[in-house]
Amino acid sequence: MKTLNRDIWVFGDYRNYFQNRVTLQLLARAGELAPKTGGSICAIVFGHDIGEYVSEYIAHGAEKVYVVDHPQLKQYSIEAYTGLMERLIKAHRPEILLIGATCFGKEYAPKVAKRLKTGLTADCIDLDINKDGLMIQTSPSFGGNLIAEILTPNNRPQIATVRAGTFQEISHNADAKGEVISMPIPDDLPMERVRLIRSERLPKKGRKIEDTSVVICGGRGMGSKQKFKKIFELAHLMDGEVGVTRPVVHAGWSGPNTLVGQAGRQISPKILISFGISGAIQHTAAIDDADFIIAVNKNPNATMMKLADVAVVADANQACLAIIKEIKKKIQL
Amino acid sequence: MLNLIVCIKQVPIVSELPWDSKTGTLRRELAEGMVNPSCKHALEAAIRLSDQHNGKITVFSMGPPMAEEALYEAMAMGANRGVLLTDKRMAGADTYITSLILARAIKKKCPDFDLVLCGDQTSDSETAQVGPQLAEELGIPGVTNVEKLDLSTHTLCLERQTDDFLEILEMDLPGLVTISPHYYVPRHVSLGGVQQAFDYPNVDILGTDDLELDPGLVALKHSPTKIIRVYSPATEKENIVLKGAVKRIVNELFDRFGDRIGGAMGKDLKTHDHP
Repeated sequence: MKTLNRDIWVFGDYRNYFQNRVTLQLLARAGELAPKTGGSICAIVFGHDIGEYVSEYIAHGAEKVYVVDHPQLKQYSIEAYTGLMERLIKAHRPEILLIGATCFGKEYAPKVAKRLKTGLTADCIDLDINKDGLMIQTSPSFGGNLIAEILTPNNRPQIATVRAGTFQEISHNADAKGEVISMPIPDDLPMERVRLIRSERLPKKGRKIEDTSVVICGGRGMGSKQKFKKIFELAHLMDGEVGVTRPVVHAGWSGPNTLVGQAGRQISPKILISFGISGAIQHTAAIDDADFIIAVNKNPNATMMKLADVAVVADANQACLAIIKEIKKKIQL
Repeated sequence: MLNLIVCIKQVPIVSELPWDSKTGTLRRELAEGMVNPSCKHALEAAIRLSDQHNGKITVFSMGPPMAEEALYEAMAMGANRGVLLTDKRMAGADTYITSLILARAIKKKCPDFDLVLCGDQTSDSETAQVGPQLAEELGIPGVTNVEKLDLSTHTLCLERQTDDFLEILEMDLPGLVTISPHYYVPRHVSLGGVQQAFDYPNVDILGTDDLELDPGLVALKHSPTKIIRVYSPATEKENIVLKGAVKRIVNELFDRFGDRIGGAMGKDLKTHDHP
């Protein structure tokens, strides 16, 4: 598909707080890229009674908002939304489409890309425009052990998904002006083959390990169930949460709800302190968003030690005890 | 009879990966392979459905010839037969081309399927894109991150958690699901079990020509996305190594990074002099 313009489109994902935030963050990044492509910043919104989002997107930098507002779109619907995006893109042919890497976005973007016969890069940690005007899509793989820079040189639009928190939204500007282009719902959308029977908002469960800024992870290298209790003590002392590896769950030192890994929780703390963990991919895949990693292990060559900002070569249990002691001392000062 | 397909991928075991320390890249040709963990959950879900509804399971995998091992492991778990798609011209396929080749193979070898099950993502490229793109390519509905499945005639009832919502969905068949690795914990297969599976070879091996793909198709060239550079972020981290007596290391840790640790805790960890 040839493009008609150099516009950058952002899919308006608004169903919950983080979905809404990632949309605003993508509008901000689109605003930084648009001068390099020479196109407009556009938001696309589907749903019913969605005027507040249209205004919010304009206040956050959207110059044009394409809107399909209809009762039939009240609930997020993967099939209807895919069909709508396909038609809109074929009609307007933008250069770039950005979609938040929410659960919905991760299901949606691959389908849209496939329908449009174009490329898609997942979970980008950076986006830029190169000297040829192509979007450089920077994406992690192997649990963050490798970073790849990807281009979609020949197909359009260039599509990428981006996780919440990757870019910073710009501040709300109530005076910003934008063009709103409302479109009717097409009358030939195919029948829904996936039907929503029931949807309920999951109860907020206290603070989750996904949201805390301190996570203390312990592995089998802690030595025993008794010694492992120090991991909980340190987490408590630092007002953090405990994460563990699969072998620790198997050994019964901690419950399965504390498992950090591909089959468990994904974490993104400001600080991760990791004790006695060798660093199997099933675990490290879930920690690549940690800002700063301190790893403690007797084996300086363990994968976890290589991934760390600070690798402490020591017995995990002894180091844990010493850190507890040191923090207690410093808090009392 | 319920006709099930599971798509699996053999991935490198990253903890044993040979790294090229000069370039910071992975020497994948030297890596040991395993079945991608999430694919095993999909296979487990298929086996349980098959047991309830008198089904049969065909497992598809695309990869180098050694990926045949993954198919035998799947058969040791309970799949009935395997199809390996392997060809130099398939190498370097992105998710667009991978889903195209898988769809072509499914239409050729197993056109009367009821349900395709995939893992929710792979541990190597982690895109989570092949499942939904395969559904599109096959022209069937697809739902990702499914936790539980319940089948009645021609509709599948699905439960999943998505963006803080619990959703119950109904999907027409044939369809595709990707399985979230929570509920369907894969059964254990002994090494002996895998060896036994090798005694009853039941794997079809197909190349690009067998699939009647466009004869000019070369995955690396025709993939819409191109990887222009790969690097290791680990090489960009400072990776400070502290060693010696535990007490001294911990002191040094707080001297150098106390602000950072305190900042994350929301507490002022005052530095003090060590005797």
